Amino acid sequence: MNATFYVASTVAVLATLLVITRTQAVHALLYLVVSLLAVALVFYTLGAPFAAALEAIIYAGAIVVLFVFVVMVLNVGGDAARRERAWLAPGAWVGPGVLCAVLLAELLYILYAGTPGTTGLHPVASQQVGAALFGPYVLAVELASMLLLAALVGAHHLGRREHLER
Amino acid sequence: MPVAHLPINHALLLASVLFVLGLLGVLVRRNVIFILVCIEIMLNAAGVAFVAAGSRWQQADGQIMFILILTLAAAEVAVGLALILQFYHRFRSLDADAASDMEG
Repeated sequence: MNATFYVASTVAVLATLLVITRTQAVHALLYLVVSLLAVALVFYTLGAPFAAALEAIIYAGAIVVLFVFVVMVLNVGGDAARRERAWLAPGAWVGPGVLCAVLLAELLYILYAGTPGTTGLHPVASQQVGAALFGPYVLAVELASMLLLAALVGAHHLGRREHLER
Repeated sequence: MPVAHLPINHALLLASVLFVLGLLGVLVRRNVIFILVCIEIMLNAAGVAFVAAGSRWQQADGQIMFILILTLAAAEVAVGLALILQFYHRFRSLDADAASDMEG
């Protein structure tokens, strides 16, 4: 059953290679989503379902949405509509689509035929992770909350309008 | 032990390849958005190494370190994107070389 791991990691490496060689930021972000989803599948085959869910929700969801938002904000020119049309060309989405189809086929295969630990590793359940997170690691959780607060304040300060008129 | 036991080396190899690809992107690209994306790739590769080690030893610590890396990545991308917006408004460009001389 190790093939599931190797297929997902091949997709991850290919998509990452395509991320760093794109010239259009939106194309790179499409491949970045594929790469992160492939890494989520790698986590699943390694027996870490909780990490896989977090990877799909936070990395491929929230962080990439932030990137897409900024790319869209920076493209408010007169040629925005023309670029939009160019992004919808089949050449832009066929590559990520094919890689995503490979991942979907693998996911369906795992759901149909396997258990979370398809590589012979016993999965580490999310209950175990949660118990450790709020047991011995509770100080790290508090520090992470302070880090997030600092990032929130910092991003708000940097994003102010009057700041950039100076 | 099950027959088809995945060697931990292969998962660590995947993490190293992803990390090197991200490092290559940081070194090669001059667009600040791509530099930030490649930093995310490198953080993610570090997370892969932690999760692989955690699943090798059947401990939850690997996934906890991954959650902390995820928090760090979220904080870093929020500040980084705010900086990119400032950068674009100031230099009208996303080229990192536009800010190569510090004016103080």
